[in-house]
Order: sequence, then structure tokens, then C-alpha cells
Amino acid sequence: MAPHKKPAAIRKPKNFGASVAFVWSYLRRKKGMLFLAAVMVIVNIGASLAGTAMLQPIIDNFLQPVEQIPVAARLSGLLKGVITLLCIYLAGVCASYLQTRLMLSATQRSINDLRRELFDHLQDLSVRYYDTHTHGEMMSRFSNDVDTLNDALANSLTSLFSSVITLSGILFLMLRQSWVLTLLTLAMTPVMFLAAGNLMKRSSKYFVAQQANLGKVNGYVEEIITGQKVVKVFCHEQDAVAEFDEYNEALRQTATTALTYSGLMMPVMMNISTINYALVAMIGGLLAIFGYLSVGGLVVFLQLTRQFSRPITEASSQYNAVITAIAGAERIYEVMLEPAEEPDPPHAATLVQEGHDFFWQRYGEDGKPSERVPVAGDVRFEEVSFGYVPEKQILKQISLYAKPGQKIAFVGSTGAGKTTIINLLTRFYDIDQGRITVDGIDIRDIRKDSLRDAMSVVLQDTHLFTGTVRENIRYGRLSATDEEVEQAARLASAHSFITRLPHGYDTVIEGDGANLSQGQRQLLNIARAAVADAPILILDEATSSVDTRTERHIEHGLDRLMKGRTTFVIAHRLSTVRNSKAIMVMEHGQIIERGTHHDLLDQRGRYYQLYTGAVELD
Amino acid sequence: MKLLVPYLKPYRKSVTIAILFMLFDVICEILQPILMANIVGKGIESQNIPYILGTGAAMLLLACFAIFSGFGNAKHSATAGVGFAANLRKGLFTKVQQFSFKNIDDFSTASLATRLTNDVTLLQNSAIMGLRILIRAPLMFLFGLVMALRMNPELATILLVAIPVLLVALGLIIRTAFPLFNQMQERIDGLNGSVQENLTNVRVVKSFVRQQFEKQKFRTSNDGLTDASLRAMNVVILNMPVLMLVMNLSTLSVVWFGGQQVIGGALDVAQMTAFINYIFHILMSLMMLSMMFVLLSRASASLKRVTEVLRTEVDLTDSIHAGEYLVKGEVKFEGVSFKYDPSHPKNILEDISFEAKPGEVVAIIGGTGAGKSSLIQLIPRLYDVTGGRVLVDGRDVRDYSLDSLRGQIGVVLQKNTLFSGTIRDNLKWGNSQATDEEVIAAAKAAQAHEFVSGFPDGYDTWVEQGGVNLSGGQKQRLCIARAMLKKPPILILDDSTSAVDTATESKIRESFHTMLAHTTTFLIAQRISSVRDADRIIVLDDGRIVATGTHDELMQTSEEYQEIYYSQQEKEADA
Repeated sequence: MAPHKKPAAIRKPKNFGASVAFVWSYLRRKKGMLFLAAVMVIVNIGASLAGTAMLQPIIDNFLQPVEQIPVAARLSGLLKGVITLLCIYLAGVCASYLQTRLMLSATQRSINDLRRELFDHLQDLSVRYYDTHTHGEMMSRFSNDVDTLNDALANSLTSLFSSVITLSGILFLMLRQSWVLTLLTLAMTPVMFLAAGNLMKRSSKYFVAQQANLGKVNGYVEEIITGQKVVKVFCHEQDAVAEFDEYNEALRQTATTALTYSGLMMPVMMNISTINYALVAMIGGLLAIFGYLSVGGLVVFLQLTRQFSRPITEASSQYNAVITAIAGAERIYEVMLEPAEEPDPPHAATLVQEGHDFFWQRYGEDGKPSERVPVAGDVRFEEVSFGYVPEKQILKQISLYAKPGQKIAFVGSTGAGKTTIINLLTRFYDIDQGRITVDGIDIRDIRKDSLRDAMSVVLQDTHLFTGTVRENIRYGRLSATDEEVEQAARLASAHSFITRLPHGYDTVIEGDGANLSQGQRQLLNIARAAVADAPILILDEATSSVDTRTERHIEHGLDRLMKGRTTFVIAHRLSTVRNSKAIMVMEHGQIIERGTHHDLLDQRGRYYQLYTGAVELD
Repeated sequence: MKLLVPYLKPYRKSVTIAILFMLFDVICEILQPILMANIVGKGIESQNIPYILGTGAAMLLLACFAIFSGFGNAKHSATAGVGFAANLRKGLFTKVQQFSFKNIDDFSTASLATRLTNDVTLLQNSAIMGLRILIRAPLMFLFGLVMALRMNPELATILLVAIPVLLVALGLIIRTAFPLFNQMQERIDGLNGSVQENLTNVRVVKSFVRQQFEKQKFRTSNDGLTDASLRAMNVVILNMPVLMLVMNLSTLSVVWFGGQQVIGGALDVAQMTAFINYIFHILMSLMMLSMMFVLLSRASASLKRVTEVLRTEVDLTDSIHAGEYLVKGEVKFEGVSFKYDPSHPKNILEDISFEAKPGEVVAIIGGTGAGKSSLIQLIPRLYDVTGGRVLVDGRDVRDYSLDSLRGQIGVVLQKNTLFSGTIRDNLKWGNSQATDEEVIAAAKAAQAHEFVSGFPDGYDTWVEQGGVNLSGGQKQRLCIARAMLKKPPILILDDSTSAVDTATESKIRESFHTMLAHTTTFLIAQRISSVRDADRIIVLDDGRIVATGTHDELMQTSEEYQEIYYSQQEKEADA
């Protein structure tokens, strides 16, 4: 392989429309709530504008009346005005609360749906998808992308909507007061938009640079700290600090610029609005002197001017959030568009259990149950060819036959195709050519779930789940009793170390299993497979992390586990496979030697070389 | 908090300037309503056009000043905030570089990395927000209050009611919301954790046909998260309505009481409007402060995690009389006992004594958990012994300066790492002054030259972080080459050829013989074939030396050694 550098990509949504439609498909389900929320937004804005507008009659009629009115009448007029205002304000407050609450409910429930459907879809995706995407990548769909979308839905949606409504409401009221002053205010709008746009563009340019530098610093820190022990062993600490300094300095510079620009946004917008305010006060004052405007009208207009810039600033500051959220939505959408595992054919065979016996239940063309085949564990590969990508064949014309109860082992270097055989048998991947049969049935004619139910798999990577030891073993068969769980643990020679754990079988293990050794985790994996009690057993490097002495101790248990089951074993260590019925030596996707341990040694071929350590495995 | 002061100190000037600009900005803004009131009140009443124009011009001028000071403030608060974060990040990084192995173990590398990345970034953002709002809001509050009192002390009594009511309400909201938010955060972490686990375990899930089970499990935690979020947010969204309510009621009070004053002739309408504006400013700044409080307390978790690192005492440093000495390569353990955790009752190593002469090859063998790695890590003083002494050339390792001791010991750790960079860069960690010839010689000795020259870019081939683009055996050989380039008097190899085949491994051992004939070599291995040629083999079991000797001697005397031997050899035909 030829290693090379990968450039990091920064993405904006490619298909804006489709991504928005995707988000809408979730929001649509909460149409009722959204509609009510919209009504509340309108009520809220209406109340706030009406409140401002109400000041004019109060001022002009009762506080500074043009004609003389008795004081008592003015006071009672004032009281009436204040009470009306109180009602308007209360309505506004209630509407504002209801609006946020409804929006919150709608968006949180939409996000809940989205998260659930994304997770469900991930469960249905093929192993191929998982093998070609990093976990980090998938994880960031779940956390970052869903989170930004969540924020955007909760904040930006409401604020964009209410900005538009507020602006139109303000303009309407302004026009009612004075068209001259309205024109003046409108003339200031392009200035505002230009200033906002300009600042936004600059700050987002430096923000991109800042994020890139931040990424570099964080990447460097992560790498060095992960290898911190090596750094210490080579006394490399000073060099590390010096190198870190360069990255950190670059970040400091871009971050300062980026934040200066983003910090300018608020004062600039606010003061442009203040300039507008000053102009309105000045010109409005003149208009009032010449009688074109009442004092109350001017006061109201001034208050409206104060409110005018806010929706513009708010809407423009949401722009970046919305773009990021849509880009996030698009990435989620892409995952949702990935095709799930191929569905089973309509009349695929299923696995049924009667007492301790398993059967393959086959179905006729009409969907009625036809014959029942006992599950014996007869596995055949007939001229199987396969490649993960069409250009590169991993398995070439593999044929093999495992009789019920036999132990078949595979040895060979990494990339020879051993694990691929397991991937095909479990139908994590489907073959390109040839046929694999179990008990005479093509595995493509068996429901995937049933096929996998018939197999217990112990994989090389010792993955466990956060939960108790007992829960982890029981994962193999959810209906297993506590006794069965313990029995399985004994079989895997795990019982003794489990009982020595602080809470025995109820000890909680973390998913990454920091509190267990690699070898102990492997033993739990074996116990989990043992409790599943399936007719076919697959061990992929199941004991690679156990030292040779311990491996000898558990061999006995493994032998009992394999008894009566067709077993496929992949092992790095030849001592593990020695007692197999047949050993397949694989090289470049082909079986180059096969036979028992002694046959193969006598052949003095590849196996002999491996056994004597003359060639390298891996 | 006090720990952080030194990081902000270099930016004292910036902070001061930022505060001054903000002060100027606030003054400009706070004068606007009163000027407006003058235009609308005095100006219109007296029909004084020049007065209106003059006051208007003053307003415009103030706005321009405010833009200017806004710029100054933005620049200096960004400089200070970012600078603080950069200094802090550097302080942390430098601190971690001083950490001992035990310090690193205590935190775990993953957690250290998060603290230096996510937590510092969060602190940076809070610092910048804080610098802006924590200065602005109190100034606004103060000046607003002064203006309101000067204008009309009677009406200002409204604030005596409004401020406490708002404060109590906001306080109640924050206090109720806080635990709810913590609960929400826990559920977010839990959900992410289980999704992560599910992704890693996809093959297990699929092979045991547990998709439905997992979906059900997810549904429960997903709904739990939504419930928790709604519970927390439903409290927080009370913020805005409460503020609106208090503001509106204050406005109404001003209109009602102020209106009576207007009718009585003691106040004009314009002044009343200006007064309403001041009340807005005052209440708004309180609101901002309360939001800041929430933001900062969220950052406090990060702050705690960061200061934990800064506060950690480095438990392994040069002693006062430590010196630099040239090492010949004699190593001696005298009654050494050791445990990682002092509070743990049982020692990992117990009563270890042995001696290695310069140039000797000492192999250590034993099952997992026998204490092999712990033993060799005591030689370069990666950990300190619990009891007894480790001597290098007859001198206690604690009497060497760490740099001089570790500089002369080559270590290939079991969990080894290559760093992103070229192969050459990586090898030169062993000796930054090494010439190309020396680099190639070391690679040849470690049997790495052949595959490296097979790459199109040879020694300039880019190694990805952690060496993920190399096979296990290739990585191990490069790590050995890196240590050999050091030409150390003492070399330690901790299970560092496990992924290399026996033939290549024996070639590597051969080159040790020729290239490092005077180097004392410690070798940990699983395979008997790797250790059988050693001058001396130490068999460890459960932290104790159970046997020492050559291969042949041990085959005679040691039951444990024989057991290991037979577990790897074909005894009789047992197929």
C-alpha cells in the first residue's frame, strides 16, 4: 500500500432543496403544533406592536392633548389606556410562552423521531457499510449533526419566522405614522444589510481558518498525548512543546481576527440603528414643529425604530447556523438513503426449534410450510468466488465440505481470505459466484436472521457492551437462565475470574472493558457464544489474546463446546488448530494445502514452513 | 480560579483597554435617550430648530464614537480572550509533558486529550463571551440606574420592586433548571455512549440477531433523553416571558405614575419615554448577567477538569542531588517490590533481585499479569520502586537526572506508537542528529530497510497517525529501529517482535549481537524461540522470580518454564 496525505474537506450542502425537504418530512408530522406555534408568534408580535401603538392615543389624547380636557377625564382616560395595555401585554406574554413551548415540543419530538429512525436504519445497514465508514464519521452524524439541527430548528426557525412578521408589522405601523420617516428608515436598511453581510462574510472566512487551525492543534495534542509514554521514553518533551507552540500560535492569530470580526457585529448593527434613531428624532422633531406629526406619533415612531434593527440582526446572525444545520441534515439524509441489507426472498427457510432439536422450515411457492430439514451442520462451499470490490478478488473458486460435527481450521497470512470465509458464511457479505449451502439449502434461501441464529460466533475483536457480566453473556441467548449463564462461563473457563470480580456476575463492565484484561474479555466472548447453543460454531482468532498456558487450560472447555457442532476455526497460533479434522492453508484467496496436522507436516509445504517458523504470518 | 490568573496576566493591558472602550461605548449609548427626550420635549415645545439640529448632530456623533469604541473593544477583548486560552492550552500541554507514567495512567490518555481540546475550547469561548458581557452588563446597569435616578427619583422607586422581582424569578428558574440540565447532559452522554458501542459491535449485534433488541433499547434511552430535554428546557423558556412581564409591568407603572406627573405638569412625555428606555436597559442587563451566569456555570465543569490537570503534582521528578552520568550498562535489582497503586494491598512485584552485566542479554518470560512489563519499566525510572533499589552502574536510578538516564536507555514499549510524519522523521526520534546513513543502518539492523525501500517514497513515506497504514510487524520493526538509532548502552524490548515471524526475529537478534555488542539488552517475549539464546532467562510468576538460568538449565530445573515450553511445542501427537 502506498500511504499518502488526505486533505480535510469542508462541506456546504450540495443539494439544498432535498435536504430541506428531508427536514420538513419530520416537521410535517407535527403540523398541528407548528401551526399553533405560528398563530402564537403572530399574537405575540401583534401584542407587542399594539402595545407600542397604543402609546400614541394615550399621549395625544390624555397626556398632552391638543384641546383642553378636564384633569379628571384625562386621569380616567389614562387609567382606561393602562388597563387596555395591561390586557395586551398579558396576551403577548402568554402567547410568547406558548409559542416557545409549542416549538420546543415540536422540534424535540421531531428530533426524537429522526434519531430513532437514524438508529433503526443503522441497524439495518449492511456490514459492508460499516466496513467502509469510520465509526467517528457515523458517530458525528448522531451527535454533531443531530445537535446542530436541533438547535437550528429550536432557535432559527422561530426567529426567522418572527423576524419576517415583526418587520412587516413594524413597517405597517410606521407607515401609519409618517411616510417620510418610514422612507428614511427604509433608506437605512440597505446600509444595515450591507454592513451585516460584509461582516458576516469576513468573520466566516476567518472562522473557517480558525476551525482549521483549531483542528490542527487538537489533532496534534491528541496524537502526542495518545503517544505520551513514547514521548517520555525518548525525552522528546521539549520538542513536542516547541512544535505545539507553532500550531498554538497560528491558532491564536486566526482566532483573534475571527473573533474581532464577529465581536464587531453587535456594536456596528446597534449603532447603525442608533444613527437611524438620531435621524428620525431630528427630522421627526422638525416635522412635529411644522405640524405634520403629533408628539405621540413621534414617540411611537422612535420606539418602532428601536425595534426595527433587531429582526434584521437576528435573521442575519441565524444564517450561518441554518447553513450548517442544513449541511448536517444532508449528511444524515445521505445515511438514510443508504440501502439496507438486501431483504430475504419471500419464501426463505426459517429456523424452528422443537425441544433440543433445530429444523429448517422450508416453504413452497404458495407460502405454505413444506418440508422440514433437521439442522445437522453440513456446510459446503461450491466454487465460491468473492471480492469486496469488483476489481479485486479475495476468494477464488473455493470449495470445501464440512461434515456435521467436524472442526475445520483456516490458517494463512492476513489478507489471505480467512475472515472473508466467515463474512460469507454469516452473510455479512454475499458471494459473487458459486454457492454456499447449509444442510443442503443455499444460504441465500434462508432468512438471514435464521441463518445467523444457527451460528455462534466468537470474533477476533473482543467487543462487549456496557452492562453486567451476566448481561453480556446472556446476550448470546436472551432467554438463558442464571444457571445456564454460569454453566457457559464455566465452559469457557471464565467462571473463576468472574467470581473474583468485585461483584461477581453483577460486576458492571464498561463497553471498552478498561477493567478487564484482553484475555478475560475473550473468555467472556467465548461464554457468550457458548450460551447461544447454536449448531454451528465459528471461532475467529478467539484465543489470540490469551497466553499459551491459559489457552491450554481452556482448550478442554472449547473441546466440549465444539462437541457435536460443526466448527470453523481461524487461528494465528498453530497450536490452536492442531487437532482439527481438516486444516486449510490459505494463500491469496485460495486453499493451497489441506489435510490433518500430520498430513500437512509430512507434505513439507507451506504449513510446514509456518510451523517451523520459516515464514512470517501477518 | 486562582490558578488561571497567570494565564490572563500578560493581557492585563488588553483587558484594561477593552474595559475603557466598553465604558465609552456604554456612555455613548446611555446618553441617547436623554438627548432624544430633549429634542421631543424642549425642542418641539420651544420650536427651536437649531436646538433640534444641534442635539441630533450630537446623537449622530455619539453613535459614530460608539462604533469606534465597539471596534476597539472587540479587538482587545478578542486578543485577551484568545490569548488567555492559548496560554492556558500551552500551560496544560507543558504540564502534561512533565507528567510521570503514573500521572498519565491516573487520568488516562483519552481523558487528558479531551481536557486539552474540548474543555479548553469551551473555556476560550466562555472567556470571550464573558469579557464582553461581564463588562457591558454591569456598566449598563450602573449607568442606567444613575440616569433613571437623576431624571426622576420618584419614578425610579418602581425599580425597587422590579429588580428584586426579576432577580428572584430568574434565580428560581436557574436553580430549578440546573439539576435538570445536568440530568439531560447525563442522558446525552449515555445515549452517545451506547450508540458508539453499538456501532463498534455491529458484527456481534448482527451475528446474534439482536437488531430488534438494540432498537428497543435505543427507543427507551431516546425517549428518556427527549423527556429530560423537555423537562429542562420547559423551565428555561420561562426566562423570556418573565422578563417581558416584568418589563411590561414596569412600563405600565411608568405610564400610570409618570402619566399622572405629566398631567400634573411635573414631567414631559419625552422624558417619560426616555425613562422607559432606561428601565429597559437596566432590566435587560440583569437578564444578560443571569444568562452569563448559566453559561459560566456550564463552563465550570470544564474549568474543574482543566484545573485538575494543572493542580496535579508530578510525582516523579529529578531529585535534588541528581546528576548526569555516563552509563556503561550494568543493571542491578536489590530486593525490589513495586505496585502501581500505593493503596492496593498486594504488590505487583515482590522481592526481585538480579544483576545484569554490560553487554548481557537478559530475557524475561511469564504469563500475562506476571509483572514482566512492570519490571523493565523500573530501569528507565518510568515508575519508582515501592521498596528496594534499582541500580545502574552501581548508582541508584533516582540519582540520575531523568534526561540523562532515559537518554541512555532505549525502550521499545509493548503498546508502541508511531507518529504522523515521514518514516525518516519517526526514526529520528531516536537521534535527531542522525545522518541518512545511520538511519538506514538502524533500519537494516531492525530488518525494516527492505520493506521501507519497497515503498514508492522510501524513507519519505508518510506514516499516518498511530501508523495505521503499516502492518503490525512493520510497525514493530520501525519502533525497534527507532530505539536502535539511539545506540543506547541499555536496550529494553517489551514483547516488541510479537507480530514478526521467527526467521526475521532471529535476524534482528543477530544484528543486536553485532551492532549492539556492548549493550545490555532486556527482552520480554511470549515465544520460547525468542528467548532461548539469551545469556540469562528470568521466569516470573505472579510478581516473583521463580527461576533464573539459561534455557538448558531451566529445562532441567524449572517446572514453570517447562510448562510454557510444552504449551508451545508439540508434545505428542494429540490430533
